[in-house]
Amino acid sequence: MPQLIKRGEIVDDIYTLVRAASSLAELPEAMPVLVPLSLWLVARAALVARGDVGVWLAPADDPALIASDLKRLPVVAVDFPSFTDGRGYSIARLLRERFDYRGELRAVGDIQRDQLFFLREVGFDAFDLRDDTDITDALFGLHDFADGYQATAVRAPWFRRRAAKAGPGDGWFPCA
Amino acid sequence: MYRYDSFDQRIVDQRVDQFRDQTRRYLTGQLTEDEFRPLRLQNGLYIQKHAPMLRVAIPYGQLSTRQLRALAHIARTFDRGYAHFTTRQNIQYNWPSLEQVPDILAELARVEMHAIQTSGNCIRNTTTDHFAGVAGDETADPRPFTELIRQWSTFHPEFAYLPRKFKIAVTGATHDRAAILVHDIGLQLVRNADGEIGFRVAVGGGLGRTPIIGHIIRDFLPRAEILNYLDAILRVYNRFGRRDNKYKARIKILVKERTPAVFTADVEAEWTQLQGGSATVPAEEFARLAGFFTPPAYESLAGDDPGYRAAVADNRGFANWVTRNVHPHKVAGYAIVTLSLKKTGFPPGDATADQLDAVAALADRYSFGELRVSHEQNLIFADVKQSELLSLWQQLKGLGFATPNIGLLTDIICCPGGDFCSLANAKSIPIAEAIQRRFDDLDYLHDIGELALNISGCMNACGHHHVGHIGVLGVDKNGSEWYQVTIGGTQGEHAAIGRVIGPSFAADEMPDVVARLIEIYVDLRHDDERFVDTVRRVGIEPFKERVYAPTH
Repeated sequence: MPQLIKRGEIVDDIYTLVRAASSLAELPEAMPVLVPLSLWLVARAALVARGDVGVWLAPADDPALIASDLKRLPVVAVDFPSFTDGRGYSIARLLRERFDYRGELRAVGDIQRDQLFFLREVGFDAFDLRDDTDITDALFGLHDFADGYQATAVRAPWFRRRAAKAGPGDGWFPCA
Repeated sequence: MYRYDSFDQRIVDQRVDQFRDQTRRYLTGQLTEDEFRPLRLQNGLYIQKHAPMLRVAIPYGQLSTRQLRALAHIARTFDRGYAHFTTRQNIQYNWPSLEQVPDILAELARVEMHAIQTSGNCIRNTTTDHFAGVAGDETADPRPFTELIRQWSTFHPEFAYLPRKFKIAVTGATHDRAAILVHDIGLQLVRNADGEIGFRVAVGGGLGRTPIIGHIIRDFLPRAEILNYLDAILRVYNRFGRRDNKYKARIKILVKERTPAVFTADVEAEWTQLQGGSATVPAEEFARLAGFFTPPAYESLAGDDPGYRAAVADNRGFANWVTRNVHPHKVAGYAIVTLSLKKTGFPPGDATADQLDAVAALADRYSFGELRVSHEQNLIFADVKQSELLSLWQQLKGLGFATPNIGLLTDIICCPGGDFCSLANAKSIPIAEAIQRRFDDLDYLHDIGELALNISGCMNACGHHHVGHIGVLGVDKNGSEWYQVTIGGTQGEHAAIGRVIGPSFAADEMPDVVARLIEIYVDLRHDDERFVDTVRRVGIEPFKERVYAPTH
């Protein structure tokens, strides 16, 4: 079974990412799937009834379109067609901070070790790395930096924590 | 100036470790060229014509002499004994080896410096007024705010992979010396009716292929909201900026295509959501940062120094230098000195390791051990006693940094150009030198008066040619190097983009072209009108006609 990094550990990936599907009939049976936003929007009720369905967003997709569905979604994935396309970082912060999404937020696509620290900062807690990536080596990427200055999905800016002398790592995971 | 604490130091140290490992993985084939490129660019490392080029950040242009000595040491140890100051208050090394770059970064980290985000599609070094804190026309010292923005922009996780590079400039003065209107975001410190400090926010200015003057999108932003507002602007840009065409990927194109009104509404809507959130900056943080920029221990002096006045009256060479290179200081008895890195025969902005060490010794003796880098590629001693100006001038002359040409035609702003840069279409340094040689008569130079001449070797406009009173742009025509000339560009609060006067010229024609432009100006000018004022009054036609008129 394929593997992914989830909450800092290597685990089996039970979901199948369905890149393109315009109807329910095109989905594989009896296995958890991640469906494109377009399918979710037209077949929401049936997909909820099916259970074990997550949604994946393309960089240009508007996360507000699933804001009211987030409590029912065990997984939301954001696709990175190229690691240099940074739109997914803003989508992640919106999902976590504006729409208060608490479930698994998964980065998929062209991502490797050197993106993992920033991805985690904006709220991703699962990483489906590019197939040719050494997943064990990639784990190190989560620890490139011990802390950061900014307000992110996972912690307050340093200037708000400085006085309290909060140690690095405090509040890394919103849903851990 | 700002000093790192253990938190700042750890981030920079971890960056060194991270880049050392990335370099190792690249050299052992675990990272491909395409994968390594964005990573090394975000560390200021370009692969250039002859060798890699490493761009080191000088945050908002401030340097201590300890840092300057480290830069000299790096030039001597890892490069060919010199370095180049850029138009964004950075410094560049043209000859390091890729394998040694992690060691250079480690040397930098020892003196609280780095090369983080000096290139790549991310938020670059924030620039400011090189007279910050000492100019008489300041609403507030911009440096605490630029340090806040430096921290916010350093490894901002949401904005590491923007559509294109992103440049922010801040001024605290009424006279804009930071060229804020030609930046992606330009911030001017202002006071509202209640006397509170805030920012006037301009967005979407820029040079490059499509030069545009920034649009003011907010007249007053309370200072506490600055990071929320920056997050809002960057988020709108990150989500909606074009990524299909790198020439249309800067925020200025998004602002233009959406229209400034719609773009502003988008930003304001995003800000409404972020306002008052955790990135709101508490007053204590502003006070903490301001504490790093308190005035040095000035002596209490009574007005102008009589010995200095006498020396100006007696010594014409000194007086010329004072006229051009010394600016008034807000504290009585002190002056701001600009060291000219524009001596004819030396590439504009270049300095040798020995010169840098000598400058450090002078700054220790005359200016409280600190200096600044200007975006005009000169160095500034911000706090010199008037009584010591004569002595300083004599020593600067020995160093070759006392050319009395600040703001004059030979104070040329110039990118490294085709001699070094792989992006360039044409050389720029030899053009600068040929023009400087043509205008070697100091009296004539002073008679011409204030004139900004900017040279860029390509459309990327590192030499800011669009805002030069005379702008020169290197262009490629069927594999040979030609130069397009614009006139009437201006930086500052009256920023304007220069207009092209006509077909481009060959390299050897350039000194004559500039000489003719100046002759026309001298014929047409009114009283003490500057070159650019004459162009504004009469338009480009008279210049065009005579520059292209057949010579007899």
